[in-house]
Amino acid sequence: MTTASVSGSRERELWRRLGEVNDPELDEPITEMGFVERAEVAGDGGVEVDFRLPTYWCSPNFAFLMLDGVRKVLDRLSWSPVYRVTLHDHMFAEEVNSGMEAGKSFGDIFGELAGDLDLGTLRETFAMKAFKRRQEAVLLSLRQCGLPDQEILGMDLVAYDRARFRMEETAKQKARYRAALLERFPARRASDPVFLTWEGQKIPVSALGAHLAELRGVRINMEFNGALCRGLKHTRYKELDVVDGEPTLVDFIMDRVPVEPAPNI
Amino acid sequence: MYRTPEGKDIFVVDGHTHFWDGSPENQKNIHGKQFVECFYAYHTALSPKEQLWEKSKFEKYSADDLYRDLFIDGPDDVAIIQSTYLKDFYKNGFNTIERNAEVAKRYPERFIVNGSFDPRDGEKALEYIHYMKETYDIKGVKMYTAEWNGDSKGWKLNDPRAYKCFELCEKLGIKNVHVHKGPTIIPLNKDAFDVHDVDYAATDFQNLNWIVEHCGLPRLDDFCWIAVQETNVYAGLAVALPFIHSRPRYFAEVMAELLFWCGPDKILFGSDYAIWTPRWLVERLWAMELPEDIARERGVELTPEIKEKILGLNAARLYDINIEAKKKALASSPFSIAAE
Repeated sequence: MTTASVSGSRERELWRRLGEVNDPELDEPITEMGFVERAEVAGDGGVEVDFRLPTYWCSPNFAFLMLDGVRKVLDRLSWSPVYRVTLHDHMFAEEVNSGMEAGKSFGDIFGELAGDLDLGTLRETFAMKAFKRRQEAVLLSLRQCGLPDQEILGMDLVAYDRARFRMEETAKQKARYRAALLERFPARRASDPVFLTWEGQKIPVSALGAHLAELRGVRINMEFNGALCRGLKHTRYKELDVVDGEPTLVDFIMDRVPVEPAPNI
Repeated sequence: MYRTPEGKDIFVVDGHTHFWDGSPENQKNIHGKQFVECFYAYHTALSPKEQLWEKSKFEKYSADDLYRDLFIDGPDDVAIIQSTYLKDFYKNGFNTIERNAEVAKRYPERFIVNGSFDPRDGEKALEYIHYMKETYDIKGVKMYTAEWNGDSKGWKLNDPRAYKCFELCEKLGIKNVHVHKGPTIIPLNKDAFDVHDVDYAATDFQNLNWIVEHCGLPRLDDFCWIAVQETNVYAGLAVALPFIHSRPRYFAEVMAELLFWCGPDKILFGSDYAIWTPRWLVERLWAMELPEDIARERGVELTPEIKEKILGLNAARLYDINIEAKKKALASSPFSIAAE
């Protein structure tokens, strides 16, 4: 391989790995949220990642979870590079950056400000929310496909894997729910139903409506954060510049200008 | 007054407005700069394009801008103007009660000025509540539980020091407590905008009305659960409502939840001016219909009568506004005549 193609394939691996890190609060990849502003592989293989959140005020514990996730995936890169991850324009950027570099834990970085925060509990809460949100997406699609509730709730993993969805988005959620299910219940048997409560209870047909209402509540909250974070990230540091007739920065802010294909480099 | 396309006049009380100074001259530090920038990002992220402002105007607008946007170009009849001090971030504060009272005096009949206090100030907070009542005869306060104060990065409504303040509010007839419970910002280990403290405070202070601004989003389910149990808890629509433009179906789902849990008598319109202006929000809310499947799922409806409650009648009840008397007073106001 030429040097150029080595660096190209390393960069692709880097972005693929970064795409495995989710915003814990939103259950969406940080790369899709636009939080990774720059990720580059230098000639010597060294990696630099610039990270920027939607606001200066975003919760530092969430920031820490994401950066910790980034640290973990960078450790798995095939060429084991030296890397540097930098959080920009955040109220605790300095503390987080120096703490991260020294490999400190959240408690070490924030000292008494961290109080009794247990990141493990926080992680579990987020895992639960992700499980529920993904489950709702799949349940609703199966209903939309016209499957009777009884059949949906009776599905085992084999039947689940066989089910096909038309929408690309749903197909993605299907795989994501499968992953969340197996992570939550690693000891499950192949014949067990795939749709369970987070606590592992079976869902009777008569209780599906109430169950879906609960899942909807989880989604409404997550979507609010997601929409807000996307919007805020998109507009951060962009200012208004009105020019008559021509597309203005506002148009770019509001995504109203068709994107021209990027030149091939 | 909002005149509907059908020709009906709707009395509008805007439950959440501001008259701030976030200009660079007033910023004390980077936090002040980032705070107003965050507001501006909300503005640009959720407004329709034709409603966008330049940043310099957004940072500091005039009293005339405020009056025009709310009452001349805008459909508001009365606006509740909230005070937020943020003196750690801004030299003269962000929008203090003095600043708000001045604008209210300039345009009589239009504004209800709410105060604010910080229970962590202890005795001083109690003195300040007395002062605000005597000087401005306030009927309500705005609480911002994530505000910094020295080493503290937030507080809870059920802190003992806060209870002392609420006891005094009750005694003095300051009966409307607006609580900012919105998107997660600042908090470190504990979520300073967690809504559970509302549950305690609302139970222990039955004579006060608790208006949860931004209806607790993104903790809508927690909020709804509290609101259904407490008769004195209300939902403020500020920040949720602009989603009607960018994500109408999502907003309909939020409305359906609020109608189901809180009911049509306990939802209050608020523009959150100057983050958003009221005209487009009111027009869109009036034009909105709940999608059939969402309405059916929750068994709720959003009729013109319910919209009228949300847009003004509910807030008028909380603030003892006599609508007929107010209409007469406004009709004789020199400002509204000069403007039209």
